[in-house]
Amino acid sequence: MTKMIKHADVTAMAGPLESVVEQALEEAKRQGASSAEADASMSQGLSATVRLGDVETIENNRDKSLAVSVYFGQSTGSASTTDMSPDAIKKTVAAACSIASRTAEDDCGGLADADRMATEFPDLDLWHPWNPPAEQAIELAMQCEQAARSCDDKITNSEGATVSSHEGVAIYTNSHGFIGTRYGTRHSLSCAVIAENTAGMERDYWYSVERDRNNLESAEEVGKKAARRSVKRLGARKMKSCQAPILYEAQVASSLLSHFSSAINGGSLYRKSSFLLDHCGKLVFPAHINISDKPFIPGALGSSAFDSEGVATQERELVHHGVLEGYLLNSYSARKLGMQTTGNAGGAHNLVIEPGEHDLDGLMQEMGTGLLVTELIGYGVNNVTGDYSRGAAGFWVENGAIAYPVSEITIAGNLKDMFMQVMEVGNDVEQRGTNITGSILIENMTIAGE
Amino acid sequence: MTDTMNQVRQQLLEPAAIGDQELDRLMSQIMSRQVDYADIYFEYTRHETWSLEEGKVKAGSHSIDQGVGIRAVSGEKTGFAYSDELAMPALENAASAARAIARSGTDKQLQIGWSPASQKSLYTPVDPIDTLADQDKIDLLEHVEAEARRTDPRVSQVMAGLSSVHNVMLVAASDGTLAADIRPMVRLNVTVIVEQNDAREQGSAGGGGRFGLSIFTDGDKALEYARDAVRQALIKLEAKAPPAGMMPVVLGPGWPGILLHEAIGHGLEGDFNRKGTSAFSGRLGEQVASSLCTIVDDGTIPDRRGSLTVDDEGTPGQNTVLIEDGILKNYMQDKVNARLMNMEPTGNGRRESYGNLPMPRMTNTYMLPGEHDPDEIIASVDRGLYAVNFGGGQVDITSGKFVFSSSEAYMIENGKITYPVKGATLIGSGPEVLTHVSMVGNDLKLDDGVGTCGKEGQSVPVGVGQPSMKIDQLTVGGTEV
Repeated sequence: MTKMIKHADVTAMAGPLESVVEQALEEAKRQGASSAEADASMSQGLSATVRLGDVETIENNRDKSLAVSVYFGQSTGSASTTDMSPDAIKKTVAAACSIASRTAEDDCGGLADADRMATEFPDLDLWHPWNPPAEQAIELAMQCEQAARSCDDKITNSEGATVSSHEGVAIYTNSHGFIGTRYGTRHSLSCAVIAENTAGMERDYWYSVERDRNNLESAEEVGKKAARRSVKRLGARKMKSCQAPILYEAQVASSLLSHFSSAINGGSLYRKSSFLLDHCGKLVFPAHINISDKPFIPGALGSSAFDSEGVATQERELVHHGVLEGYLLNSYSARKLGMQTTGNAGGAHNLVIEPGEHDLDGLMQEMGTGLLVTELIGYGVNNVTGDYSRGAAGFWVENGAIAYPVSEITIAGNLKDMFMQVMEVGNDVEQRGTNITGSILIENMTIAGE
Repeated sequence: MTDTMNQVRQQLLEPAAIGDQELDRLMSQIMSRQVDYADIYFEYTRHETWSLEEGKVKAGSHSIDQGVGIRAVSGEKTGFAYSDELAMPALENAASAARAIARSGTDKQLQIGWSPASQKSLYTPVDPIDTLADQDKIDLLEHVEAEARRTDPRVSQVMAGLSSVHNVMLVAASDGTLAADIRPMVRLNVTVIVEQNDAREQGSAGGGGRFGLSIFTDGDKALEYARDAVRQALIKLEAKAPPAGMMPVVLGPGWPGILLHEAIGHGLEGDFNRKGTSAFSGRLGEQVASSLCTIVDDGTIPDRRGSLTVDDEGTPGQNTVLIEDGILKNYMQDKVNARLMNMEPTGNGRRESYGNLPMPRMTNTYMLPGEHDPDEIIASVDRGLYAVNFGGGQVDITSGKFVFSSSEAYMIENGKITYPVKGATLIGSGPEVLTHVSMVGNDLKLDDGVGTCGKEGQSVPVGVGQPSMKIDQLTVGGTEV
């Protein structure tokens, strides 16, 4: 099968991995497996942290691993190792085969269907190696932290600034003859500082992450944003329990997309553990909401031409005019549900909610009086029922303007209702993850405080 | 311990022909820079899982992860590199990368005079994967499934998993420390979905610790988990909307001790306090809890999930008093932060693996028992929440705000438990919450061995525990104002 790799340094990393996965597949066949799949990956990078103007840590990362799944008819077993020597590969395959000899037959198991394998491998602009020398990473982190510390007198302490740069290559192959290479770089710049006044300390942070380091926000910008965010939180108070509109700042709004993605994931559906079970074709958002999975956005963090089973990915509208149009399925969950894989083994790629017209200030105007949430903590989400209750911090907004910071409160509701109550999505789009959204305004939730 | 040491050296070092001389050579290489402290951490981990759903064990996995982490510390600076190859050339490369943190010094030829620590092991050094035949592991999961279904016809899905980890470590440090440990870990989990009319709910239970798998087959434990998961799920089916606002909260014994882990524990870890970023920084000797509260971090309880014969820096596990009669007594320390704060290490230096830097982490964190009968505590509440089971929690170290989310809770009205309420997140302020503790029960219980703590991207197994406890005011994050 053809594959196209344009980058010489990817080829250099991929070469040894290709031999590893081929050996694994060959060995699986030798040990009697009717089919098999293997995934070998290698990544390397550097992370430098500076704190209070001095170097704190320099970490050198270099990881590799091989994962193998074997199938004996309808039974399967998996094994993985960090040792890629020929002997270790044999032993790993043997461990997988030993497990497969014990597991029960499963008529939905096996590789994804051969006719679903990706055949085209467009360059998605994911490879921009940087390899900064430690001195350069330190210098940049220094600038970033310095910008934060000199931004405001109330910045009294720092958790530091970190520059990290990583690159990774992975090769997946299976007995259909499919072989595909995934590769990508990831560079980030982050800063966390502490603001203090007589009322106490508050910490906040900012970060920028990109495949191409030239697209990173400047060190000064990241530092200043971290400082401003920390200072703005000073003097946060509790508030009375009430019902109010809630505006999720884009950075935390992405968690709502993540809950949506869990709820339409094939694994949750066939186990009947989703609050969106049997909702395909039904209205789950208001009619102005459209959500798509977009695997081909150039340079995006979740872009990929094939999923973790080698299945060709596709751009799909999951919510059209508020109606749920499809699920996120791998071949196993698809067979379980009597459907076809959607190329989502491993989940959504870049889950994008269509932005609206207003920026964050505009959304605050639209909200009038309510809560702007800038941070969420805890895990109080029940994927089976949609019940939702999480710790929050942010700002009380009156007449479209920030009145005062609040903390030590929770916001609660049910995700089904919350989704139906999305009044608007902002155009202040958060791009730093694979859940891509602007700020989200929800009509009404319960705030618990004093 | 010397048996353990010999066994570990045989397994980790000898195949790579690494002896005392080679350790000396690596250490000399690192210390020829201006390095105050260095350590070399060898590790081998073998992990096996089996999982059941729809009545069948359909999946299993086996993994091997091994490597060596090398750290060089110079003042407050740390250089770190690791290798997944256990061979001298790879280790010399890692040593060069790690020591690059420090300025050049003078060439050294060190002879460390390695002194193996002799420490009585807190757990049997078995490889738990070999403590039960594969078919028996599968039978065990099938029994768990059958028991869940037998318990109630409303059970529609049962998912069960069995995990066994064999972890072997050896650490050699420039201060002469040479320590090794063989750490078994097993865990059994069961999750059920129940259906009634159109409503569905989920319940989970499980447990484990540092022993072999026979713990699950010798007695009734595994089947108890199955019944408990079903019981929890059925209670949730009946649960009403939880209240919103500040009210008295009674916490049950055992796993609700996650409160202590989040509210107090993280804020007392040495790194945050060395940096002055914790809400507890500079507060040693101050009253931070009611005088009823004595809280310890105890890594020395035999067989516990959070226990450590030695920590990942070779310091023996300890029982550290964190809060005594309400007064803040100690922080939890690793070697680096202890040195920078002029304190002693407390056996809390832990790392997820050779590929991560150690930092101060909890072991088993719990509150000592008080005098009250649990029933008396509930009877004392006019209107409040009784919470007995929790999911996860999280804390903002700097502001001290913490949350933990209940998964099984009831309303207390006029001193009586009246009806179950759905899950809700509880939120409070770490330095304040324990000052509102007005009653502590005589029923101390440790959790069943299910806790995993995440910090800066690293996960480590931990334990928590507490007696029943009444907090006079805490914010309950329900929907009913």
